[in-house]
Amino acid sequence: MTDRPLLEELRLFLGDPETWWGPGSIPLRLAEHLLLSAVALIIAAALVIPPALWAAHRRRGIAAASAVVNVGRAVPTFGILVIVVVWLGLGPWPALVALVALSGPPMFTNTVAGVLAVDPAILESARGMGMTGGRVLMEVELPLALPVIAEGVRIAMSQVIATATLAALAAGGGLGRFIVDGFAKRDQGELLMGAVLVAVLAVAAEKAFTRGQRRITPAGVPSGDSR
Amino acid sequence: MSFFNWEWVARNWASVLERAWEHVFLTGVAVGVGTVIAMGLSLLAVRRRRWYAPITSATNILYTIPSLALFAFLVPFTGLSTLTSEIGLVSYTLLIIVRNTVAGIDGVSAGVREAADGMGFTTRSRFWKAEFPLALPVIMAGIRIAAVTTVGLVTITAILGQGGLGFFILAGLRSFFWTQIIVGTVGSVLLAVVIDVGLLRVEKLLTPWSRSGTA
Repeated sequence: MTDRPLLEELRLFLGDPETWWGPGSIPLRLAEHLLLSAVALIIAAALVIPPALWAAHRRRGIAAASAVVNVGRAVPTFGILVIVVVWLGLGPWPALVALVALSGPPMFTNTVAGVLAVDPAILESARGMGMTGGRVLMEVELPLALPVIAEGVRIAMSQVIATATLAALAAGGGLGRFIVDGFAKRDQGELLMGAVLVAVLAVAAEKAFTRGQRRITPAGVPSGDSR
Repeated sequence: MSFFNWEWVARNWASVLERAWEHVFLTGVAVGVGTVIAMGLSLLAVRRRRWYAPITSATNILYTIPSLALFAFLVPFTGLSTLTSEIGLVSYTLLIIVRNTVAGIDGVSAGVREAADGMGFTTRSRFWKAEFPLALPVIMAGIRIAAVTTVGLVTITAILGQGGLGFFILAGLRSFFWTQIIVGTVGSVLLAVVIDVGLLRVEKLLTPWSRSGTA
């Protein structure tokens, strides 16, 4: 089982019908992986972006919040995963909580940076036109900051897709199963396929996202795509 | 049954310190080697523009390979060794440092370049005496992000029998012993904060002219 050459193992794994159809097949694991990543990103965005917008709009509490977020960046995802496993047991929840925590900081940082970067002259003219604070936020600051916010979501997305692999350590689904099972069975073919699928998924999601990013960029604003 | 057992910490203090040291060592080597490689790649990207896109895509692909997979895949070749851990850890630092280094050097104003040229600097001395020092805060910001990220990733190398403080997270998972999990997780956060502040100090020492330092 262990001494077959890599190509042979890869061929066996890819030639197995169970790889392509049924429980534990590539399409199912891919769907699980995408679902887990998407749900984590949506929860994180809903939790983080509105308060970040508000704090940046009011120019209040930013330093304190940034300090908390920077410490949050340092919390090891593996530690969060294990804490939730011991607390709630195995399943999809540990990975979900860990991924939400992972995607919060880049979204927060970029939302604040995006709003703060809006030209003060534009804000002044918006107020001069009689806009209320809420309208300035929703109709001026938010659209102008959107490319930078989207860049934060993109960074979070590629981290989440790569890290969602850890779900398999907590008996969750996703493409990480191929990596963990492949390692346990000493099946390099399965392991390699799992890694390649995750990397391809992350790169493909990034490409698709960048395309969407250009679409939401208001006319006359440089795209948040900094590369 | 208590949530956190201080007695355990007191009894195992020596091994906590030992693992903390291992954590710092794994992080330091990864960030050090990563910085050297990333600097080389960045210089190449700055001098030969057409290399920039391939370098960022390659380091980006490295960055998207899940750490778990990279470690698991390397084991048959390099074993459960520090080398396996470091290959993974170094490869994740590259993208962050390269991106910031190139952005920092690009961000030096054209006026500064012209002034340096006007003073008769060669391209080389213009780079080392004007562009590089001015880009240093942005470069250091990248190194700090890379260091904090690496401290977190080191915990995963517990699976390879190392892990620094991550050793306690894995041990706590196996025994469902809260104290170990908390020591591992909180200890790792503290290390990251200490390393980040330390690097900020280094940055201030290296750039005495920018007291208002932006992070």
